Amino acid sequence: MIAVTRRYQFPAAHVLRHPALSDDENERLYGKCANPNGHGHDYGLEVTVTGERDPKAGWIVAPDALDAIVRERVLDRFDHRLLNEDALFRAHVPTAENIAIAIHRELSDSVAAACAGRLLRVRVVETPRNHFDYEESA
Amino acid sequence: MRITRAVEFSSSLRYQRPELSEAENRRLFGRAAHSHGHNYRLEVTLVGEPDPVSGMVLDLKELKELLEREIVARFDHKDLVADTPFFEKEVPTPENLAALVFRLLEAALPAGMLAAVRLHQGADCFVDVTAPEPTA
Repeated sequence: MIAVTRRYQFPAAHVLRHPALSDDENERLYGKCANPNGHGHDYGLEVTVTGERDPKAGWIVAPDALDAIVRERVLDRFDHRLLNEDALFRAHVPTAENIAIAIHRELSDSVAAACAGRLLRVRVVETPRNHFDYEESA
Repeated sequence: MRITRAVEFSSSLRYQRPELSEAENRRLFGRAAHSHGHNYRLEVTLVGEPDPVSGMVLDLKELKELLEREIVARFDHKDLVADTPFFEKEVPTPENLAALVFRLLEAALPAGMLAAVRLHQGADCFVDVTAPEPTA
C-alpha cells in the first residue's frame, strides 16, 4: 500500500457549547473550552491520499491539485475564522473530532475527481499534544 | 515487535519526462520541472521477533550500516536523475522514491523483515509504503 500525506495549517477560533445544554451543563461538559468568548488553535491538517501512481507523472495526486482543493474547500473557509459561524457546524459542536469529519466530507469527492486514488485519512492536529484521525470505513 | 530507525539525506532533482518537450514538462510538472532540492528523512520500520540470545530484532549497528550503504551512499548530496540509474524512465516524485527505497531495502534485508517506510520530503509532505510492496 502506498499513500501520500500533505500538511497544512489554519489558525482558527472555536467555542465548545451545545445549544441544548444550560451554561452550567456546558461548563461541566466542556470546561474551559466552553468560554463563550471563544479560544483558538493553530490547527494542523494532514490529508492522506492512497491509490495507484499515475504512470506518467509518478504521483498519486498532483500536489498542486491537492493543495488547491484543500485551499478552496478548507483553508479559505476556516483560516482565521470562528468555526462556530460556519454552516458545517450549525448542527455540530466544532470539536476536533467533528472538524476532522467535516473536512473529510468536504474533501472526499474533490480528491476522487482529481486523481485515480481516494482520500484515506484526515488528521486534525489541535495542539502538539493531541491529534484526531478520521478515516471513512470502506 | 516493530522497530524503526531514521536516516536523512539531501538530494537535487527535477521532474522530466524524456518524451515530452520542455514546455510540456513545465505544463505537467510546474515548478518541479526545474532543478531543485529537498531534505529527505526516511523512517524504516522492521517487524520480527527478538532473537532469543541477543534480544534484538536486528542489530541496530547492522541496520545503520545497511541504511548507509543502500540509501545514504546512493542518494545523499546526489542528483536523483543524473547520479542514480533509477529515474531514467520515471519521475522522482516522493511516491516513486519511497517505492524505490522500499524495494531496495526489501532486497537487502532478511525476507519478511521490512514492514514499512515513511519518506518525508521537507516538513509538509510524506509518503508511506507498507508491505506488501506496490508494483514498480
